Amino acid sequence: MMLAGKDIRHNFGRFALTTFGVGMLLMVVMGMGGIYRGIVEDATLLVDRVGADLWVVQRHTRGPFAEVSRIPMNLADRVAVVPGVQQAREFVYHTIQREREGRPLRMAVLGLSWPVDRGEWIPLTAGRPLRQGHFEMIADESLGLALGEQIRLAKDTFTVVGLTRSMISSSGDGIAFFTTRDAQAIQFDVPGEAVRLERAARKARGEQSDIGSQQPILLEQSQLPASALPPIARPQMSAVLVSLEPGADPRHVAAVIDGWGDVSVYTREGQRNLLLEGTVEKVRRQIGLFRALLTIIAAIIMALILYTLTLDKLHSIALLKLIGAPNRVILGLILQQALVLGIAGYGIAYAVGQRLFPLFPRRVILTQADLLQLGGIVLAISVLSSLLGIWKALKVSPNEVLS
Amino acid sequence: MTDSRLSIETIGLTKIYGSGNTEVVAMRDASMQVNRGEVVALLGPSGAGKSTFLTAVGLINPPTSGQIRIDGQLVMDGPHAKVHLRSFRRRHIGFVFQKSNLIPFLSAIENVQVALELNGESPRAARRRARELLEYLGVADRSGNYPSMLSGGQQQRVAVARALANRPSVILADEPTAALDSHRGRQVMELFAKVAHERGAGVIVVTHDQRSLDVFDTIYEMEDGVIHRKAHQAATGPTGHRR
Ligand SMILES: Nc1ncnc2c1ncn2[C@@H]1O[C@H](COP(=O)(O)OP(=O)(O)OP(=O)(O)O)[C@@H](O)[C@H]1O
Ligand SMILES: [Mg+2]
Repeated sequence: MMLAGKDIRHNFGRFALTTFGVGMLLMVVMGMGGIYRGIVEDATLLVDRVGADLWVVQRHTRGPFAEVSRIPMNLADRVAVVPGVQQAREFVYHTIQREREGRPLRMAVLGLSWPVDRGEWIPLTAGRPLRQGHFEMIADESLGLALGEQIRLAKDTFTVVGLTRSMISSSGDGIAFFTTRDAQAIQFDVPGEAVRLERAARKARGEQSDIGSQQPILLEQSQLPASALPPIARPQMSAVLVSLEPGADPRHVAAVIDGWGDVSVYTREGQRNLLLEGTVEKVRRQIGLFRALLTIIAAIIMALILYTLTLDKLHSIALLKLIGAPNRVILGLILQQALVLGIAGYGIAYAVGQRLFPLFPRRVILTQADLLQLGGIVLAISVLSSLLGIWKALKVSPNEVLS
Repeated sequence: MTDSRLSIETIGLTKIYGSGNTEVVAMRDASMQVNRGEVVALLGPSGAGKSTFLTAVGLINPPTSGQIRIDGQLVMDGPHAKVHLRSFRRRHIGFVFQKSNLIPFLSAIENVQVALELNGESPRAARRRARELLEYLGVADRSGNYPSMLSGGQQQRVAVARALANRPSVILADEPTAALDSHRGRQVMELFAKVAHERGAGVIVVTHDQRSLDVFDTIYEMEDGVIHRKAHQAATGPTGHRR
């Protein structure tokens, strides 16, 4: 006779509620793991999807995602002529926060090297890749923009021509894809008044210098746009993405570029690891600790529940001993309930999580390995947490039936 | 030296609860012999030590000193067990207590069935026998009910059914009829007598019910922890059985 089952059936409401509670708790544990996987996936997805073999960034920086990297626009051309390089693309990346309909709109702005790169590699859920060099954008669904919608950034109006999914920056913001020029325009947008002040400052500097008094024509030129002034640097970009020719040795090409002294080079794997170690490592430890804590709490709560379930049955257990039930039967009664509680709780956690996690603002990814691992942990804590109850049950004397 | 007719034999049982100035001598040099097929009543005022004696014989409350033999086998020597008590209880002893002692999360029939299954009976056979027993005790119509849905008397009869389930050679009952009306109470006493006489079980019943005393073969009385034989029934009980 399955005594555990009979007891559960008899106290079904209470047991079901308890199981649901444990299930919710396990769902949080499960979710924490999923959130971590989501962060790792989000962080590395872009690097993987962009598919560059090498990332060329500002010397001694850790690339466009970890920190600000500034390299001159002509670097793409320098890289393109290195033997073994098939293609060198410009890459602009920065995060902006604007207001839209009264709510903050945070997006990671990513510049595509038009016309070489029109965003064909981006998995679209609607719309199309970029078709013109300006004023078009592809937006991640998480930004909440609709296809065909127009938004104003800097001094221009951009139309959403494509939508994509799961393209998330390492800080969790949706990515919007523009051409490099547009991305720079958004980044280096300066209001008219600032431009006028800058030109006045330039003129003043010129007047104070010897070269300004010797060549007054230069002072006139200071009133021109910055882009028309040869000695003033043009807008800068974040990185150059290198695609190698088939058969080229990435380490060799990287060594050549690295030898220039003004840039650092990372392989795709290197860039990935930088992201994981830099941005994600702390999150990983944070979530890992939180998860461990929650697991311990779940174990303690389960132990308490199983202990009280056992206390409630103490009289029955004494009676079972009185009529000669061996310890195996009593142990089974408690252990089976612990396992039912653990397994059913896990099932509830999974079932509810499946429906709930997609509604989270960031991705929650349940991997097979994580689910199995948690399943193992749940089994272990079910057994461990029943020990307290078992100890109590084995201690009770059949004599206590009479009290 | 063992008398093969003896079902229960206690020799000089003493039980001391607590120690120092909280010490209570609940049972003093209690000796009793119950033959196979003999039904014994144990009378006595409250606090006399009747339950202490019965639980000692039932192997759930070891005596401080003295010996207990069941079916000629030495099972307790002072506080020391000479057999594996739990499996011995399972096979040889049936209990009925004053308070209902059913498992609350099992239905009436399951309460009987579990005792049978613990003794190795197959679930089907156990179920069949449990039903027979409940029918025999007149509670078959409530076999699917939980104890909380049964009256005190019905619960008591289920407990009796469970005590009889494994055909024990010893039946111990502590005020089993307290929750029953006198008619039902008498029926239960007669049932014990019948089981004792038909199967040769030794039965000890603690009771206050003076009206059913004629059912018993022998009557003992206990006072201040001391047992003495009160009377050997001269007249035959309604079962008409004498040995
Ligand atoms: N666990 C215990 N610890 C200490 N003293 C006890 C314990 N159990 C019983 N006693 C004492 O032992 C004495 C005998 O108790 P017992 O329960 O055997 O009496 P009884 O004859 O069954 O009484 P009743 O008719 O009221 O059931 C009493 O004085 C009681 O207080
Ligand atoms: Mg008593």
